[in-house]
Amino acid sequence: MADWLFTHSYLILAFPLLSFLVIGLFLQRVSPEKSARFALGTAFFSMLFGVAVSGAYYVKVLAQPLLYPERTLICFDVAWLNFTPILTANMGIYLDPISVMMILVITIISFLVTCYSIGYMKGDSGFGRFFALLSLFSFSMLGLVVSSNILQMFVFWELVGVSSYTLIGFWYEKPSAVAAAKKAFIITRFADAFFLLGILAVSFYVGSFDFQKLNSIETAALLNQSFQFGSFTINLLTLSTLLIFAGGWGKSAMFPLHVWLPDAMEGPTPVSSIIHSATMVVAGVYLTARMFPLFSQSLTTLWLIQCVGAFTALFAAVIAVTQRDIKRILAFSTLSQLGYMLFSLGAAQVIYPDVPGSGLNPLAYSASMYHVFTHAFFKCMLFLGAGAIIHAVHDNDILAMGGLKALMPKTYWSLLTACLAIGGIFPFSGFWSKDAILLASLQSGHYFTFMVGLFTGGLTAFYMFRFFFLIFHGKARSDLHNVHEDPWMTVPIMLLTIPTIGAGLLEQFFVSQVTLPGLQEISNFSHPSWLPVLASLTGLTGISLAWFFYGKGRLEKAESFKRDFRSLYNVVYNKFYIDEVYLFITRKIIFAGIGSPVKWIDRHIVDGAMNLCGEILQLGGRLVRFLQNGQLQFYLGITIIGFVSLLFLGK
Amino acid sequence: MTLSHCVILSLILCAIGVYGVLTRRNLIGILLSVEVILNGANINFAAFAHFRAVDSVAGAIFPIFVMAVSACEMAVALAIIISMYRRKRRLDVYNLEELHG
Repeated sequence: MADWLFTHSYLILAFPLLSFLVIGLFLQRVSPEKSARFALGTAFFSMLFGVAVSGAYYVKVLAQPLLYPERTLICFDVAWLNFTPILTANMGIYLDPISVMMILVITIISFLVTCYSIGYMKGDSGFGRFFALLSLFSFSMLGLVVSSNILQMFVFWELVGVSSYTLIGFWYEKPSAVAAAKKAFIITRFADAFFLLGILAVSFYVGSFDFQKLNSIETAALLNQSFQFGSFTINLLTLSTLLIFAGGWGKSAMFPLHVWLPDAMEGPTPVSSIIHSATMVVAGVYLTARMFPLFSQSLTTLWLIQCVGAFTALFAAVIAVTQRDIKRILAFSTLSQLGYMLFSLGAAQVIYPDVPGSGLNPLAYSASMYHVFTHAFFKCMLFLGAGAIIHAVHDNDILAMGGLKALMPKTYWSLLTACLAIGGIFPFSGFWSKDAILLASLQSGHYFTFMVGLFTGGLTAFYMFRFFFLIFHGKARSDLHNVHEDPWMTVPIMLLTIPTIGAGLLEQFFVSQVTLPGLQEISNFSHPSWLPVLASLTGLTGISLAWFFYGKGRLEKAESFKRDFRSLYNVVYNKFYIDEVYLFITRKIIFAGIGSPVKWIDRHIVDGAMNLCGEILQLGGRLVRFLQNGQLQFYLGITIIGFVSLLFLGK
Repeated sequence: MTLSHCVILSLILCAIGVYGVLTRRNLIGILLSVEVILNGANINFAAFAHFRAVDSVAGAIFPIFVMAVSACEMAVALAIIISMYRRKRRLDVYNLEELHG
């Protein structure tokens, strides 16, 4: 049974692909309702199969550590591109703890979001098209996580980018959605260019694309060489890992490439939920984790990952405090949480001088993956809840809401669990994963990033409960009528409370199983008992502050506070003017300073020279054509004039 | 009547003919003008044969040749003109410009 499941594991991907093809090519024209049913059915079978394969993986691989010490299994592998006899790119399915975890997350969330979308997208003119694109996304994302080599991953990586682009710009008649789609695509493509360079560099030196080969000690040793570039000495390992990481940098929207993610909220909310919070944006984290044995050999790379992650976590959380758009708050919160995951991976580098072992902390890796897992569920649910609220209220501004508790009780209680989870309150899932991340950074000796993480945790609790109180508590601040809950939408939201509350039970499993075999189990790390208490207290402080300012849905205290710090508030509310800086750089420097002079030279000098050649020839042609006008009399006249002039010239 | 008078007459005929060929728009008019040029040349032949030649017979025979040849040419040219007229329903040379580049 298990072997049969492994050999046919490609079916997990085949169902969404089938759904995309059938709906996209035929069914969306026939009947939108049938398209939705078909997408739901394929998503269900994909989930069923995903769960079955995960179960088989658990039984056959994880439960038999002697047979599979590496915990990896390549259950499907076909040659795809033969570049040279020794360099072949395969298409395969690679199962290891993190890919199986992602298969579970993607198939489950994809099913729930498809179900939710039936309620959310009801009556939309692009109803069928939406489900086709959603299926395309599920297919690409599943392909990305099961990739057995980096080239296959890159192919699916781009497919994911394309489906994200089409879904952000789903309402293409809205100019802002089109602009956001372009922005997302261009920024991630910009980062992907470096990713491709990294792939080329690594495959050129190593002669393989396979993750197993790339992640080996020999590869790291082979790449660990320096070369001179001008006056710089560059380490090849650092360079290539940084180039590969740059792809994840853009996809996971780390500072300063984060600007596309808040704008991506122009897409339909189910899309924001699955693509821009739960699955696609963690692709960067996933890539880092996938290549972690190689990345971890370069201390510079790990250090950079940690800095970028920690900075983005804090930066995005600060911005989230001031935002008013319900989805933008969640987008910045996603950025902040992605920052957590990345800095946790970076914090694997142990800087205690007296710790024995490989110098890498396995808990950091497990904690990061654990946070990917828990975050996917609670953030997906927060977005779905936000979508339900937008659907009911027809407004995105949380200051215009309030008092929705009585009108939307199911959404209220579900979102409460998600807010508690993301705020890191015991015993919800976020508490466990954040605690593991903080513990890992503390154990590795990164006290500064630990403090940043702790502070960000408090800030997270504050802005999430600001969001929560302003939406649900107090009195309605605008005319809310006809507010209702649609069962297609509330059922997925309520189902997501199960992992949101219960994922904390998996902590031991993640710490013991979701690790890299290369990382030794270092047991003599301290596990301070004050840490969970401190983390909870920080979260509770954030919640109390939120209650103080916004409790009972009032705004007066916050307004007066805002007036006292008006200039600071404006800077943060405008997201530190990063978008304006980008506009300045692109419009004023690149377009005006470089683009237009180059364009002028091209138009006037290069094109001018070519046009001049053409015009000279045309002029010659026009002269000759004037002589040959087909009038015999004219020819005769010319002949006689010529003859007479010869007569006189001959003298 | 001297040689000069004859040469001047032939020159005038030739010039009239050339003028006609260059300005006439009707094909038949052009054909007539060509005949005038040829006759100017014939007068030249006859005049030089009469006034200057040792053996005047050769000079007198040449115009007869020219007349015979031009009669043939005329027949062919008229045939072309008639077929042209059948095809185009007009003989205006400004409209016959298929040969231009």
